[in-house]
Amino acid sequence: MAPIVSISNLSKTYASGFEALKGVSLDIEEGEILALLGPNGAGKTTLISIICGIVNATSGKVTVGGRDVVRDFRDTRSMIGLVPQELTTDAFETVWNTVSFSRGLHGKKPDPAHIEKVLKDLSLWNKKDSTLRELSGGMKRRVLIAKALSHEPRVLFLDEPTAGVDVSLRKSMWDVVERLRASGVTIILTTHYIEEAEEIADRIAVINGGEILLVEEKDALMAKLGRKQLRVDLAHPLERIPESLSSYNLTLDEEGQCLIYDYDTSAERTGITALLAALAETGIRLRDLSTRQSSLEDIFVEIVEAGR
Amino acid sequence: MNIEAVKSIYFFEMARTRRTLLQSVVSPVISTSLYFIVFGAAIGGRIQEIDGVSYGAFITPGLMMLTLLTQCIGNGSFGIYFPKFTGTIYEVLSSPISMLEIVLGYVGAAATKGLMIGTIILITASLFVDLSIAHPFAMIFFFVLTAVTFSLFGFIIGIWAKDFEQLNLIPMLVIPPLVFLGGSFYSIDMLPPFWRAVSHFNPVLYLISGFRWSFFEISDVNPLASAAIMLVFLALCMSVLTWIFRTGYKLRN
Repeated sequence: MAPIVSISNLSKTYASGFEALKGVSLDIEEGEILALLGPNGAGKTTLISIICGIVNATSGKVTVGGRDVVRDFRDTRSMIGLVPQELTTDAFETVWNTVSFSRGLHGKKPDPAHIEKVLKDLSLWNKKDSTLRELSGGMKRRVLIAKALSHEPRVLFLDEPTAGVDVSLRKSMWDVVERLRASGVTIILTTHYIEEAEEIADRIAVINGGEILLVEEKDALMAKLGRKQLRVDLAHPLERIPESLSSYNLTLDEEGQCLIYDYDTSAERTGITALLAALAETGIRLRDLSTRQSSLEDIFVEIVEAGR
Repeated sequence: MNIEAVKSIYFFEMARTRRTLLQSVVSPVISTSLYFIVFGAAIGGRIQEIDGVSYGAFITPGLMMLTLLTQCIGNGSFGIYFPKFTGTIYEVLSSPISMLEIVLGYVGAAATKGLMIGTIILITASLFVDLSIAHPFAMIFFFVLTAVTFSLFGFIIGIWAKDFEQLNLIPMLVIPPLVFLGGSFYSIDMLPPFWRAVSHFNPVLYLISGFRWSFFEISDVNPLASAAIMLVFLALCMSVLTWIFRTGYKLRN
């Protein structure tokens, strides 16, 4: 299947001389949730802005639904909904008017029933006649999502949608995202909360310094880079690792209270059973055991650090 | 053509006029009435007729132009500057809408507002002085052409301005002297030859003169020259806008 969004060799140099994107190529499949991870200034927003038509690219090509975003901008922009990072709203407008305005801008005839559904889905229905300045930050964020959904887009860009949003609202927003995905909408989100990407995304792209460092299925990425660590708390401290355990790649912490064993979860044998037996044979008494899996955050930091 | 989008922008802008009815409509009417009271009634009574037209009537086209210019530039620039300032411009830029349609929406609304206020002032003026319009079609031609041209000019200022200071620079500092010295309140025949010659470099003179001719058939310059100058200025604004849209100047860079 042809990708819904195809980015090839995209570069952007701002008038100030800042090179925000350096030859980025990326394909996004229809119906997936792609998380775009990257530190501040990595080029995430510039990339989204070019696809949506807010910023002109210096070179390269982007297609959405097989159409060129510059030449066929009417087709591509009709397919796209954008929720920007900043809470930019027209303070004096009502929720209903501003969402209806967005639908009109996208060339769609008024459809009060659709707007009503969008507002209800986002728990904004009882605020439809309030002006935007009366709303809390979280509600404004939802209004921006409602605006982006007002014209029934096939591709939705969420630029840092949960920045400054409280936990319960964040959860309800992810519910909305799940429902949208179920209805076939492709979702591209950027986020600082890596655990969110871990929870919700199908694929992860890591961008830094204007370059895509990695694009991978989330599960494959976790499996490939996901190391697990077994920590063995000892009843009595050791001065050094006994000879009998030298075949295991163990490290001893500074106080000699804890043995640390790194293993690969995807390996056929993790070696844990053998290790525990060897410990018992050596006469080492254990106080506690714990395991820890490297998170996407660790992976992310590793990749970005390696890229430096 | 994305008609829905043009309508959306147009009515969104017109809705702001409704919300700010007092400052958009009532205040220009009050200030114009004050001009008529001071210049028309209090002082005007002591000023002799100019080319057979009473002073109060003589200044009416100039006053309409003063308001029309200020309003159109103000509305045209604010309409596009405000979304730039608040950031809501992202939505217009990411919509399936061409630059021409954006201009139709914003400039159309700004020109409509200017024309509404200009008409109200004409009605207000007719309460103070006897007015007759010799060439109604020419009058409407100058009226609409000025509104559209200066709304476009305002739109360019709105895109160019990077803060409120720059936004107000031209409407506050450049337009009033040009209007006041462009024969709004006098005929340039009253000036010494040197200043009369200098006045011919003021584009607003042509505007006011042409507009006044459509009322009273008196003019400082040939009405055709007035129309030509206006059309040249309109073409100039359109060229600048085309360049802005081609390059994405200040909008997409």
